[in-house]
Amino acid sequence: MSASEHVDILVVGNGMVGHRFVEAAIEKGLLANRRMLVVGEEWRRAYDRVHLSSVFDGVEEHDLQLGEDDVYTTDGVELLLADPVVSIDPNNRLARTEKGRSISFTDCVLATGSAPFVPPIPGTAASGSFVYRTLDDLTAIRDWAKGCRTGAVVGGGLLGLEAANALRLLGLETTVVEFAPRLMAVQLDDGGAATLRRHVEALGLNVRTSAAATEVLTTPDGRVEGLRFADGPDLETDLVVFAAGIRPRDQLARACGLDVGERGGIVVDDACATSAPGVWAIGEVACHRGRVYGLVAPGYTMAEVVADRIAGSDATFEGADLSTALKLLGVQVAGIGDPHADGDEIVIADPIAGTYQKVIVDREGRVLGAVLVGDSSPFATLVQCLRGTIETPDLIDVLRPSAGPAAAGGIGDWPDTAGVCSCHNVGCGTIRAAVREGFEDVGGVKKCTKAGTGCGSCVPVIQELIDAELSRAGKTVIKRLCPHFDMTRPELFELVRMSGIRTFSALVERHGTGRGCEICKPAVASIFASLSSTYILDGEYASLQDSNDHFLANLQKDGTYSVIPRVPGGEITPAQLIAIGEVARDFDLYTKITGGQRIDLLGARVEQLPLIWARLIDAGLESGHAYGKALRTVKSCVGTTWCRYGVQDSTTMAIELELRYRGLRSPHKIKMAVSGCARECAEAQGKDIGVIATERGWNLYVGGNGGMRPAHAELLAEDLDDAGLIKAIDRYLMWYIRTAERLERTATWQRKLPGGIDFVRRVVIDDELGLGESFEADMARHVAGYRCEWTETLEDPQRLERFTSFVNTDEPDPTVVGVTIRGQRVPAGAQS
Amino acid sequence: MSATEQVAGSRIDISGLDPDGWTAVCRLERLTPDRGVAALVEGRAVAIFLLADGSLHAIDNIDPISGASILSRGLIGDVDGTPTVASPMFKQRFELLSGRCIDASDVAVTVHDVGLVDDVIHVRLQGSP
Repeated sequence: MSASEHVDILVVGNGMVGHRFVEAAIEKGLLANRRMLVVGEEWRRAYDRVHLSSVFDGVEEHDLQLGEDDVYTTDGVELLLADPVVSIDPNNRLARTEKGRSISFTDCVLATGSAPFVPPIPGTAASGSFVYRTLDDLTAIRDWAKGCRTGAVVGGGLLGLEAANALRLLGLETTVVEFAPRLMAVQLDDGGAATLRRHVEALGLNVRTSAAATEVLTTPDGRVEGLRFADGPDLETDLVVFAAGIRPRDQLARACGLDVGERGGIVVDDACATSAPGVWAIGEVACHRGRVYGLVAPGYTMAEVVADRIAGSDATFEGADLSTALKLLGVQVAGIGDPHADGDEIVIADPIAGTYQKVIVDREGRVLGAVLVGDSSPFATLVQCLRGTIETPDLIDVLRPSAGPAAAGGIGDWPDTAGVCSCHNVGCGTIRAAVREGFEDVGGVKKCTKAGTGCGSCVPVIQELIDAELSRAGKTVIKRLCPHFDMTRPELFELVRMSGIRTFSALVERHGTGRGCEICKPAVASIFASLSSTYILDGEYASLQDSNDHFLANLQKDGTYSVIPRVPGGEITPAQLIAIGEVARDFDLYTKITGGQRIDLLGARVEQLPLIWARLIDAGLESGHAYGKALRTVKSCVGTTWCRYGVQDSTTMAIELELRYRGLRSPHKIKMAVSGCARECAEAQGKDIGVIATERGWNLYVGGNGGMRPAHAELLAEDLDDAGLIKAIDRYLMWYIRTAERLERTATWQRKLPGGIDFVRRVVIDDELGLGESFEADMARHVAGYRCEWTETLEDPQRLERFTSFVNTDEPDPTVVGVTIRGQRVPAGAQS
Repeated sequence: MSATEQVAGSRIDISGLDPDGWTAVCRLERLTPDRGVAALVEGRAVAIFLLADGSLHAIDNIDPISGASILSRGLIGDVDGTPTVASPMFKQRFELLSGRCIDASDVAVTVHDVGLVDDVIHVRLQGSP
């Protein structure tokens, strides 16, 4: 006993909740006059267990570490790792570690968490049988998986699906085995679980429900080779992970006589005090009012309470609801309150979109519980309803996804007291204050308030609050298109598509305010153009187009325009080349070869444009749409026609693609390329649509671009035949056109999609949303309706009227002055 | 002489006024609602706009920021009810009524008088060139 060192606070356990306690103790100034020792069993300091599987998805282990690097070097804090506490003597306030360190304490905080439950069946000790709790567990699973093809997870709850994701990311053919008749039996009802199951299966996972594993089958040398069930055939598997629930790690407490609950867990009161004075218990090891919480948020609250108590206040933990929202295998899933409550149900299910939403209300319309799968955007609002911090709004409005989170419940109007981040117990008021202090994005607010740094489910709400606070302060919120339309471009597109409205004046009158502006007018014009093949400058449309579209040419710095005829696939006849050269010579235009294998003719005055185009069209050329947010070029190499290495006719394919998609208006410009072999001379992987020939067909890459932020395209499909390639591009482009924001390139749009390229593949190739036909029909209409805009313009003298420098004289614009450099005319002052 | 309604103080029948200083530019139907045209008035480039509400506006055509003669090709918008034109070069917005640039302080264009005589648009220059 004399060898004991004394600390004021001993923290047993350095998991997520133990760590939160350390942070709370520092924040609350407990360490000004106290010493604290933190003892952990693992050799790593605290890390985020909630997102464990992300280490198989490119996240570095270090990124999972909780807290700043210097938390445990704060004065008064000592961290002891890989030396767990093995016994406690609460009467004498002493503890001993495995390596024999003896510690006397004033207060002891038990945060030993929980252990995975492994059912008592034969074979669980075999090689290849794992649990899923620590980074070391994951390392062991990864090492073993190297020799495996298949894996099974016992447990279809939160943890089980996380573990299944880990196996999937390791490339194993994975089966989830669940004892209950449905996945996530605690949080979801049958409808929600069925929807989740469809998502999970679409990812290539197998699911077996109502399956009670009775034995782990092993080879003679003791390796896992399968699972046996009470019912049904055996499952062959090279690896099995048990993730079927957790049990509190209360052995220390039991050994020293602290009260424990009937089903485990150290009994604590509302102060989180155990039956022994000076000993506290928090997190998954604590049993509060008969309940053990398997979620991190209540644990964090308990940590705060105990820190407050030690500081001398009378904070209490009053229990927590089990509302939780998370992303499992890329699927949004949320349970709120009691999802099995007895009451009236509102259910909205969309099997095509893969969403399921149910809210249970009592006779007075109060929310008792809810289940959300596929779209958990109403989560935050429903939680506030459940807690009574806001008046329950019209629930149909809250649920209907098209209404969006902004319309649903008016997060901007929540009271300052409404909680936002339950992990760190941050309310609306704190976030608003942070925004007013100048933290105007989610990253800044996270840093300043910690909100959103736990499970992350409240990040959309934080975004909403920031937006609301910014617009209250009169600052621009990027989300809505412009002050005239309080919706995003995808919402506007859908509105136009479904309503059939085809004039801007009707659209702004019915769904907007004011008269429009330079943002919404071209955006709407582009949407109209994507949805029909009407001439883009007729009637009211003329007033909507950006200057470039208005004159069907590209404005240059001196007020002149550039002209770019289409050169499909970069293939051009000598006669056309001569025609272009003659036009350039006769109109004294500067010529330059573009990066997209075309020829740019610069320095044309407005009134020259129709004359120039009459000549070009005579030579068999047509508009290149360089002026529009539209398909620009399809670059190609010479392919099998000339090249010794080519494996497909890339030029012919490039021409076919360019002629198919020419004139297609889109949220931003689109560039494509086709390479005839893997040498990739056309640089297809730097294009929105990149096609690379293989021995068997075409590989399709999507979402690349050059420019300021170059993006490498991602492989969407391999070895497509010609028809399959075109079908996939049709679908991809139309989906992008319908759902991207204004001026959003494919790379950004694709990156923001939940599930990234996998999701793109499921929608475009597997047609999981059932939209393929509609995309293809839209594209077929575009292809059939295409006409060269310059040909159309020249046909009608009235359309030519706008092409004058001055309405009252034929005098050329006196401000356009050229000088000659290297034998060509350029704007005067160009060299200054 | 046809009577024209007076809207927003800018589509004004000026046929009774002293013709001195007014220059006939073009017929009203040459203009598309919510778009502009450029005219050369006494050697000065002027942008003339017809808005959807029927009002006419005239400002300098030269964009003081880029120096190019292009404001007539800009898009018409409204900022809290005030009509604007956005320069097609770098998108700065100018108020049609005051000539003030909303997006760059200390920048403005001159606003000119514009009116109608028998559906012919007339412009009277203001300020020094």
